[in-house]
Amino acid sequence: MTDQKVKSCLLCGVGGQGTVLASRIIAAAAMEKGLRARTAETIGMAQRGGSVVSHVRIGEEIPSPMIPRGKADILIGFEPGEAAANLSYLKEGGTLILCDREVKPVTAALGQSGYDGSEAVQYLKSKVGKCCVIDVDHIFAECGTPKVLNVAVVGALCASGEMDLTIEEVDRALELKMKPKLIDINKKALRMGAECIK
Amino acid sequence: MKELLMGNEAIAVGALAAGVKVVAGYPGTPSSEVLETIAKRNPGGVHVEWSVNEKAGAEVAAGAAYAGARSMVTMKQMGLNVAADPVMCVNYVGIRGGMVIYVADDPGPISSQTEQDTRHFGKYAHIPVFDCDTPEQAFQAVQDAFEFSEANGTPVILRATTRVCHSCADIEVPEIKNPPECEGFVKDSKWVIFPRLSHQAKLKIFAREAELADAFSEYLTDTRDSYKGLGGNALEGNGSVGIACGGISYAYVKEAIAGHEEDFTVLKIATPYPFPASLARQFLMGVDKVLVFEELDPYIEDALIYEYGNISLDIDDFILGKRTGTVPAGGELSAGLVSKIIDEVAGTNLSIECCEYDDIPDLPVRPPVLCAGCPHRGSFYAVKVAVAEEQKAAKEGKNGADFTQAIYCGDIGCYTLGNAAPLDMVDTCLCMGAGITVAQGLGHADGRTVNFAFTGDSTFFASGITGTVNAVYNQSDMILCILDNSTTAMTGHQPHPGMGITMMGERVEPVDIGKVLEGIGVKSIRTVDPLNLRESVDAVRAAIHEKGVRAIIFKSPCIAIVSHGAPWQVGEACVGCMRCVNEIGCPALIPHEENGKKQVKIDTGLCVGCGLCAQVCPVGCIGGKSDD
Repeated sequence: MTDQKVKSCLLCGVGGQGTVLASRIIAAAAMEKGLRARTAETIGMAQRGGSVVSHVRIGEEIPSPMIPRGKADILIGFEPGEAAANLSYLKEGGTLILCDREVKPVTAALGQSGYDGSEAVQYLKSKVGKCCVIDVDHIFAECGTPKVLNVAVVGALCASGEMDLTIEEVDRALELKMKPKLIDINKKALRMGAECIK
Repeated sequence: MKELLMGNEAIAVGALAAGVKVVAGYPGTPSSEVLETIAKRNPGGVHVEWSVNEKAGAEVAAGAAYAGARSMVTMKQMGLNVAADPVMCVNYVGIRGGMVIYVADDPGPISSQTEQDTRHFGKYAHIPVFDCDTPEQAFQAVQDAFEFSEANGTPVILRATTRVCHSCADIEVPEIKNPPECEGFVKDSKWVIFPRLSHQAKLKIFAREAELADAFSEYLTDTRDSYKGLGGNALEGNGSVGIACGGISYAYVKEAIAGHEEDFTVLKIATPYPFPASLARQFLMGVDKVLVFEELDPYIEDALIYEYGNISLDIDDFILGKRTGTVPAGGELSAGLVSKIIDEVAGTNLSIECCEYDDIPDLPVRPPVLCAGCPHRGSFYAVKVAVAEEQKAAKEGKNGADFTQAIYCGDIGCYTLGNAAPLDMVDTCLCMGAGITVAQGLGHADGRTVNFAFTGDSTFFASGITGTVNAVYNQSDMILCILDNSTTAMTGHQPHPGMGITMMGERVEPVDIGKVLEGIGVKSIRTVDPLNLRESVDAVRAAIHEKGVRAIIFKSPCIAIVSHGAPWQVGEACVGCMRCVNEIGCPALIPHEENGKKQVKIDTGLCVGCGLCAQVCPVGCIGGKSDD
């Protein structure tokens, strides 16, 4: 298998954060430029506040939609604990895009499980050389809604260069995938995400 | 006393002798006389019902077996297709009291559409199969099947064919006593089928099968004494011509070779699944040629071909896979796992995966939960509060209802998530529509409990109506809670018959759930708003005090299909008691601590303003925007 020909991105987070749409946008952007794309997402009951994972692979010949461990060029963690749980997918020298805001599960509120997101963030920073932290609060404040986070991380993905996708290519995908009234705000989030990687 | 009994009657008497307590079924030739005979010879303590269909019957039997009673469901082979949903699932969940699924096959076919062979179904469902060859053997086999089922925690299929079902033999009929009191349902997370649990169950079932195959190789016919040893497999004679057979064909073979037995070795298969492999190998190695006689499909023949291959090719070291333990028996494969296994077997160095970490800090346990503002949370919580209030009233002698425990039978949909803490309101879950019928089985097994069934609006239309008819017809005592959120939420908000719109986009007359219930004959029907806690609790308490089939429709739309209200807020008066968090477990309620003061705050990104938490708060500090 020639790794150069397939670019792989694993997105992980908590149901409701928009990982499915993010993976579809990445795939659509790749298809717009004539590449093939395969994705695999968590759909259904696990989406209700559970852990979710999306695999996206783009290139000319893609053998399987599932990324083997250690073969993701880029790992996008919408939540630090989920990012740590899926760290083994990231290749050595790959890029981690991390939203460092923790989402406490109901089990933690009930005192059944302890969880400290900052511990996971520290751990990830110690393990991954190329770790880009998304400024979640700034993006929410500027865009006025948390619902653009999934597009902001795609901006960071473009800026990382790991998937060979440009902001303009993703713009076209947004135009295809989104309701007209949401396009402008998402284009803004896309660019703010890209700035996080500088 | 000796009686001339038909095969089906012998099975019925055997089941009664084994202490069966709940029997359900759906008529179909050649199976029907089993249930009829049990009803006719009922010592009084056995619940017998013609269920509305085979699926309902299988679920009623499963519920009874969960409660620890011995139960049986009867059907013909075509009916097994109708019951396939619960039958495929119940082995994964397991049972406590012995559960026998009696299926009558019909070679010919004489009175069926097809020559379907139930032995394959057992293999497909990973459920052990006992076969019958004479009425007296069937009389014993059903008793062995109950013992075996209970000992191994698995349902068992008992199969017979027309010529066994409808032939008669003289049988010593034992005195029939009432079945013992069953121990009652014991709550445990294992009764709720979930993908994670199913994965573990699959591995356990697969591992168990090899053990059962060995046990069946030693489960042999012994004709020296009464009926006790009649049920099993047999390897008879030591002639050079081998004959393999099972069921009625065993009788035909015996008759054909009478007087020439010394020329033959006869293998009788009474447990087609798991196939008694070592017994079969012993047979194959002692003969020059094998003739296989069996009706319906070449099931024994194929199994022998497989075993013969094993002997001559030493297949255990040749064909590697799940049977040899080389590939995992259950769960998903991956490119990484495939490369690792190839490396182990072929000595290659393909392994494509790396980057394992063993020092990751503690990660959150994040089971899926009901969304913030989901009306199902209100429905479950109202039932929970109502039951607690009744128990308290009973204890204090204030006209509380009298029951040993409340059992909550769940179903398939978002509301299966009602099992999560702190609601903890799903005690069983099996397959679509089964909550309604499992609740009936639990009630027939143990009448001291109050049994709730929760079903969604879409699930009710899909497979809840038959179960409700069954409850009304068979005089069940249960409370049916329909969680009507006006959509098929779990799978992505598809329309259903109650919504008044089709996939063609046509506006149509909605099917009214209340009128359906009325039409079926449910006498007690209440409709409440689950986000109005007091109204809902009072409705549930009133229903608990009634008898028969009662229905409560909890009506409030899924939050994903309606526009949200403004998020609510926790006022400064919050005393940090955590009652809201601990009682309803809404993901929008976040405990936090500031300046040493413990309080709850509301995540405004998640809260949709349902207001349930405000009705739980003891100090009244949670309010909607307009109340500020």
